[in-house]
Amino acid sequence: MSAFARHRRSKRVIATFTGFEADLLRSLASQLVELLRNEAAVPDDDRDPLEAMMDFSGPTTAPDDPVLARLFPTAYTEDEEAAGEFRRFTEGALRDSKAAAACSIIDTLEEAGLPHELDEDGLMIDVELEHDVATRWLRSFADLRLALATRLDVEEGDEDYWLSLPEDDPRSQAHDIYEWVGYLQETLVDALSH
Amino acid sequence: MSAPSPVEVEPTTTPDELLSPATPWVTIVWNDPVNLMSYVAYVFRSYFGYSKKKAEKLMMQVHEEGRSVVSAGSREEMERDVQAMHEYGLWATMQKDD
Repeated sequence: MSAFARHRRSKRVIATFTGFEADLLRSLASQLVELLRNEAAVPDDDRDPLEAMMDFSGPTTAPDDPVLARLFPTAYTEDEEAAGEFRRFTEGALRDSKAAAACSIIDTLEEAGLPHELDEDGLMIDVELEHDVATRWLRSFADLRLALATRLDVEEGDEDYWLSLPEDDPRSQAHDIYEWVGYLQETLVDALSH
Repeated sequence: MSAPSPVEVEPTTTPDELLSPATPWVTIVWNDPVNLMSYVAYVFRSYFGYSKKKAEKLMMQVHEEGRSVVSAGSREEMERDVQAMHEYGLWATMQKDD
């Protein structure tokens, strides 16, 4: 299993993935990008059409998709109007930033030699991340874990439940992937802290 | 020469208000079952520039008490902090400090 480490001389963060792992990571990041771009961040239409047309800012209500609702939480819990304004001015930028971070994972893996279609066995992908890129990966790992956990309904202290599932249960497999991204994130935090 | 005699002044504002007249807002980070403890502490260190000790104390507060006030300032400053926390994937809200 791969993990991140700090290269002593270059200070870069390094990791080696199997072709399978790199392909899986790319697939997760791509799905996140698609989700962030699919459910459009558009203003709601419950107002003057001209005013709506002239407004290029974001939405004022929380996204319907539970993953997006978790990625873009309501900032003001007791003031709906302020919450709407905050969302209108921040959600678009946050979507772009999260999509860019996920794209940075995809681009780095492909630049390191991950082919568009994985067809050979024994392929290994070595990545070397500059500090800025490493912090983007780190943030995106958080988004990926939040997305997986929301889809899986992960709760505090539910480890026994996941262990009790049969190995061939798709939810168990998805949970293993969630744990694996957590392991990657843990080692990346550690590499960035030294 | 003699030291000036102290002047008795009845304090009308608390020291906190004197030091930070424009900080009636706070950013709160809430516990979630997903984000790693090490990551949350890392975010507090790298975004707010807090010491390792302070970052870990705040992280433990989030973990054990369910929430922690991680910064205070003007409304605009807190909106920036909340947006940054959301960028890191942390569940943050803001409110008037009361």
